[in-house]
Amino acid sequence: MGRTLLENIFASHGGNDCSAGDVVWIDIDNRTARDFAGASVVADLEKYGGESPVSDVEKTFFTFDCNVPANTIPYADNQHRIRQFARKHGLKVYDVDAGIGSHVVIEEGMGRPGTTTVGTDSHLNIMGCVGAFGQGMGDVDIAYSFKTGKVWFQVPSSVKVTLDGTPAPGTEAKDVALAMLRRFSSHELLGKSVEIYGKWADSATLSDCITLSSLATEMGAIIALIPPNETVLKYFDMTRQEAVYADDDATYEEEYVLDIDGLEPLVAVPHSPTNVHCISDLEDVKVDGVFIGSCTNGTYDDLRLAAELIRGRKVAPGVMLKVVPATRRTWSRLLEEGLLKDIFNAGGSVSNAGCGGCASGQIGMTGTGEVQVSTSNRNFAGKQGRGKTYLAGIGTAVASAVLGRIASISELEEVE
Amino acid sequence: MSHELTLNGRLWVLREEDGLFGDIDTDMIYHNAHLAVTDVDKMGQYAFGNLAGYKDFAALAKPGDIVLAGENFGSGSSRQHAVDCFRALGVLAVAAKSFGAIYKRNAINSGFPIVELPGLPDSLFNHFSDAVLDLENGVLTSGGTTYQGLPMSTVARDIYIAGGLFEYAEKMNGGNSA
Ligand code: SF4
Repeated sequence: MGRTLLENIFASHGGNDCSAGDVVWIDIDNRTARDFAGASVVADLEKYGGESPVSDVEKTFFTFDCNVPANTIPYADNQHRIRQFARKHGLKVYDVDAGIGSHVVIEEGMGRPGTTTVGTDSHLNIMGCVGAFGQGMGDVDIAYSFKTGKVWFQVPSSVKVTLDGTPAPGTEAKDVALAMLRRFSSHELLGKSVEIYGKWADSATLSDCITLSSLATEMGAIIALIPPNETVLKYFDMTRQEAVYADDDATYEEEYVLDIDGLEPLVAVPHSPTNVHCISDLEDVKVDGVFIGSCTNGTYDDLRLAAELIRGRKVAPGVMLKVVPATRRTWSRLLEEGLLKDIFNAGGSVSNAGCGGCASGQIGMTGTGEVQVSTSNRNFAGKQGRGKTYLAGIGTAVASAVLGRIASISELEEVE
Repeated sequence: MSHELTLNGRLWVLREEDGLFGDIDTDMIYHNAHLAVTDVDKMGQYAFGNLAGYKDFAALAKPGDIVLAGENFGSGSSRQHAVDCFRALGVLAVAAKSFGAIYKRNAINSGFPIVELPGLPDSLFNHFSDAVLDLENGVLTSGGTTYQGLPMSTVARDIYIAGGLFEYAEKMNGGNSA
């Protein structure tokens, strides 16, 4: 019986001939902790780690992204405690200027196809975007991975989702992810490793793959794995033989086909990412603010699209536009290409790289009754303040900022 | 802490109207009002303090008890308190039809035994009956009835015998031969 993609990644990392339900020890290529819970990892290691709490300093590092630079004293204390530990043991810290940890891991080339990454970020399963394993875990598990390079994992059962057809022009990866949330809600894929196939997956850009895989957590899945296509292989300068794929005769617990032919942009309405509607169903929802960024939609491609759409237009009077590039590298490219200027001139605020508006209210919370359109991944009550958050792609976010109400990219095109 | 693979105890059967109590989340097990407590010994008093019908659990439970529940025990947040509160009371193990994924990790990592009994008929076992729980084979026996659940994984057994994840690492000589 053939193995699935996840089973093959595990098999190549010490999991031998594993299949669903087995509990196996996995060798971890990238052992990380962020500023959230990172200090607890340090505390665990100081308590249990002995003389040499880190087995391989080359593979172990911290990524600060939640609260950067720290705007609360507890975060400042935690970050500094981590820095001191890292200096003592020779570990690298991707500090407050670097950006979202999971994106840094990909950009720096550590999170390559077929690799394994763990950390304290619950969206680390985003690594599925390059056909790699990633998982967020508690501080004890992560401390253990720092110390030994391994974690145990119960192999989840795998399901296959084929995305059939081609979405309508102007429809983005975010809309495809929202279509999956609409179809599967948060329980049908619960605890599964989901492999994504079909024409869309074959032609998706790395940025598209990042967006889709970043919403696996909201789908309740362990991970959404996209087998590396030509574009992704090229990004890493790899051949197919060097990446990991499912066996041809792999068996899945379930196989689904989701028709995305002609798919139009979608919006997740408060207060659940699975509460998905067509834009045309939403009647005249006035917006107070728009946030563009996060691990879901904060890549260079995302922000270039935002800049191109808003160029020569203006944010509607009374509406805030907050933009946060995911990483320092993205920031630098946008700066060099003059794209930040387009956003700035249209009336947007641009913040430093990181989780920004998604975590800890770095660039603003919503007040009671405030309506925000966000390109991030969660709109639970209280997550981004007391207001109501609608989740959408870049086109919808820009159109809503310019028109001052939830609007589609086609409506934007009518605005001069 | 006991590292026995066969546990003898008294069965605490958690029920709601239509059978074994299901979907007991970590807030019902250990309410978030008490998360600041860091001393494990002080956690016992809050066990099930927010579970309808079982708020007096901590007062009535005895060392040697084995908790039996329905589906999805320990869903919700990742708090370790929801495992440690049982340890503080001397509860030997929790058996349930299924467990929340994070709860399972936390229990295994801290060397607290849990046994999964998928498909367990709701009225097979009686409250406060004497029971024998065979962890390794995942078998619960009580009142002359036996139910075969899932055997403990090798990993869970090794961590349990070592007494916890870091104790296991120690034993494995820094974990290099894990
Ligand atoms: S952007 Fe938001 S969801 Fe993504 S890693 Fe940061 S805090 Fe988590």
